[in-house]
Amino acid sequence: MSKQSVHGTTEQHGGHGSLKSYVIGFVLSLIFTIIPILALENGWLDSDKRLIIYLGAALFQFIVQLFFFMHLKEEDKPRYNLMSLLLGLFIVFLIVIGSIWIMMYNMVAL
Amino acid sequence: MANVNAGHHDHHPDQEELRTFAFWIYLMTDVILFATLFATYIVLQGSTDGGPGPKDLFQMSGIYASTFILLTSSFTSGLAILAMNKGNRLALMNWLGVTVFLGASFLFLEINEFIHMVSEGATIGTSAFLTAFYTLVGTHGLHVTLGMGWMIIVIMQIAKHGITPVTKRKVNIISLFWHFLDVVWIFVFTIVYVMGVN
Repeated sequence: MSKQSVHGTTEQHGGHGSLKSYVIGFVLSLIFTIIPILALENGWLDSDKRLIIYLGAALFQFIVQLFFFMHLKEEDKPRYNLMSLLLGLFIVFLIVIGSIWIMMYNMVAL
Repeated sequence: MANVNAGHHDHHPDQEELRTFAFWIYLMTDVILFATLFATYIVLQGSTDGGPGPKDLFQMSGIYASTFILLTSSFTSGLAILAMNKGNRLALMNWLGVTVFLGASFLFLEINEFIHMVSEGATIGTSAFLTAFYTLVGTHGLHVTLGMGWMIIVIMQIAKHGITPVTKRKVNIISLFWHFLDVVWIFVFTIVYVMGVN
């Protein structure tokens, strides 16, 4: 499935996804949007535990977008896109978690 | 049997594919830009200086609407790719047009939200929370605006040149950009709005 583009004719070359995969991706993205909305509006669990639902839904939503819409999985072998994405996410992790960690111990701001 | 030489092309990615990869690298720098804005927002979230906070300002019904609009636009830009791969030029242009329209609807709601907030006295200078909020959400909105203008230019190029390897790459890239905007919005929606009013 992932190597189709190499052997395809020129017309299929670079052709990603099918109607089915786009529809599945779209439906999943709607579901992962509706879940946090329901959790918020109906007050599921208590407000601290609800954060897990929100962040979990966002994470799944992110994965759906990457695989169904941005076709990360269909990339040919040297997976440069994936590698650069992982580097990007590592830097994101450092910036966001690092900022929160530093500011938590910033007594002036408190 | 006709593909005996197909393996030969493995190590010679064509120029158009390299350009798409280069754009992917640009997207990763955009990821880092948004990471800094998110980090700033998360740190300054509580610094309202006695002014209005997320619960006083955010009107969630409008946010839900704009979220579904953006998700749908991500889907329609995918349908444009499918139409392009089938060689259907008219359908390609139409789906890109629908995507631009949905982007404009999203932007309209966002501008209305900002106007409403400013009219309630919550300007970019009111508190550190609002500075971080307008910068983060506004930067995303700016990306949407640029994406729309860019998509209109791509539609014009397709009208002029048809579906060629070059216009194909351009459609693939703008579509990648549009999905990326959706990804960023997911985190704006979750971290700024949903967790803000939780």
